[in-house]
Amino acid sequence: MPKATRQSFGEALAALGEKEERIVVLDADLSCSTKSELFAKKFPGRFFQMGIAEANMIGAAAGLALAGKVPFACSFACFLTGRFDIIRVSIAYARANVKLVGTHAGIGIGPDGVSQQGTEDLALMRALPGVTVVQPADDRETRQAVEALAAHDGPCYLRLTRQPVDDVHAEGYRFRLGALDVLRPGRDLSLLATGGTVGPALGAAKMLAARGIEAEVINVHTIKPLDVDALARSVSKTGRVVTVEDHTVIGGMGGAVAEALGERHPAPLKRLGLLNVFGESGASDALYEKYGLDAPGIARSVGAWLRP
Amino acid sequence: MKPSVAQLRELARRMRIDIVRMLHAAGSGHPGGSLSCIDLLATLFSHEIERTPRNAADPGRDRVVLSKGHAVPALYACLARAGVIEREELWSLRRLGSRLQGHPDVARLPAVEASTGSLGQGMSIAQGMALAGKMARPGFRVFCLVGDGETQEGQMWECAMSAPKFGLSNLTVILDANGGQIDGFTKDVMNIEPIADKMRAFGWRVLEIDGHDFPAILSALDQARAGAAAAGGAPTYILARTVKGQGVSFMAGDYTWHGKAPDTAQAVRALEELGADQGEIAAVKATKPQKG
Repeated sequence: MPKATRQSFGEALAALGEKEERIVVLDADLSCSTKSELFAKKFPGRFFQMGIAEANMIGAAAGLALAGKVPFACSFACFLTGRFDIIRVSIAYARANVKLVGTHAGIGIGPDGVSQQGTEDLALMRALPGVTVVQPADDRETRQAVEALAAHDGPCYLRLTRQPVDDVHAEGYRFRLGALDVLRPGRDLSLLATGGTVGPALGAAKMLAARGIEAEVINVHTIKPLDVDALARSVSKTGRVVTVEDHTVIGGMGGAVAEALGERHPAPLKRLGLLNVFGESGASDALYEKYGLDAPGIARSVGAWLRP
Repeated sequence: MKPSVAQLRELARRMRIDIVRMLHAAGSGHPGGSLSCIDLLATLFSHEIERTPRNAADPGRDRVVLSKGHAVPALYACLARAGVIEREELWSLRRLGSRLQGHPDVARLPAVEASTGSLGQGMSIAQGMALAGKMARPGFRVFCLVGDGETQEGQMWECAMSAPKFGLSNLTVILDANGGQIDGFTKDVMNIEPIADKMRAFGWRVLEIDGHDFPAILSALDQARAGAAAAGGAPTYILARTVKGQGVSFMAGDYTWHGKAPDTAQAVRALEELGADQGEIAAVKATKPQKG
């Protein structure tokens, strides 16, 4: 059943709070949206409402981590990563064990428009040494990613969707931090997606298959560190790469893939996402359609690129 | 054993010598703000928290966060006097491979407690530690030394608002109000006054002292300690009026000494004023400062 990954996160965090007593949670007046409220209701003594003051929240999270806690600091992706220098010095440089949680990723949030749409957050977080960057694709994966990041010793950035996303994993799926997740094998191209675009990429692969194009669909849940070995293996088989993300194509997952392949295994590459533009207001589905991130849009772009 | 006022004064004098020697050898750095806060830090480290190599990594230790990270030579001097680092290591300040980075780096040197230097951030970090301190049994206290220049940062005011909300009586923020910053006097660059009234209005218990008067520093720390023992109380804000470059006549009160190191002749003169022995002075003369 379609479910927003922020909802899966909130449920998973509340459950994990029982097992891991070091977990504390901070939010900046968006707990009802980030779903950290589920933890807050269950563990009021371990939840800190910081008000609309993200810089101070990030700093407090750093201090809690340096004192041995495992803080999850939550807000919208754009507001959180907008306080870049605080994250850079107080958390990343200090190697503070903070889990930054940015919900409302991308244009997928819909009508609220650009000021609420996190569309450069991956680029920002990726640039910081030692920060693990994860964007899960569905409910199953999100729950396991929350546990994996809580267990990982070091700063992390978790990117989540506001909009419901389809299940892309079956029961029994095992999330492996730092590993590429091949969802569908193929020989003609490697189709890499992350977060809210994984479902549409799978849909596009079906459409392409009907035209005789076999896409290998890969879920890049861990954007940093990127599993370059697995990436090179896929590309050595398919010979070309398309990346698709609800984020600017500059510095995000597509950027990471381009950088890695450029050095390791150069191959023709096409990046889909926000093409050096901001988004806009509109229904989530309508935005994905307009910006070519829905299944038909991805299939169309891939088809046109392969067979112009 | 808690030091007497006379012993604190002597400790601070020796640490001022360390600061001048460090900055001279490094060839760059921030003497003004290091010398203005050293009496406060010396008292904190030797009297209030009594830092030793044994308690430096204790999870229940009281912590000191230096928000004005550019004054880190003062912090290194305290750590050396506490025996947490070797005094000889002080002369590696700002050199390649040293743990003594130009601004505090907690990943390289855990004893500095936090990475700071991008101004305005340390108070929030200290607040987070104080939250953890309130959750711990037994609890611990957190001290944060902030500058008046960095008080211009918005994040400081976010924290000014939040620490009283959480009843962080175990948090003591000390303002090193030396009145100067890189571009000029703080009152001209961006006035933060009346800072005592502002912090009181935000819900802090504010104490105003002369930051070079040891009995006054001790008395303020006593009051902060009494406040920390009271349940649900307010955090304490010690407004310490200081002189930038205190202890070296040609630096005192001159903001142009915010961010430049003394050359060899200046360092020798400073050491003579501070009553350094001939061995220290000879060591400075024999030291070739690093080229920035």
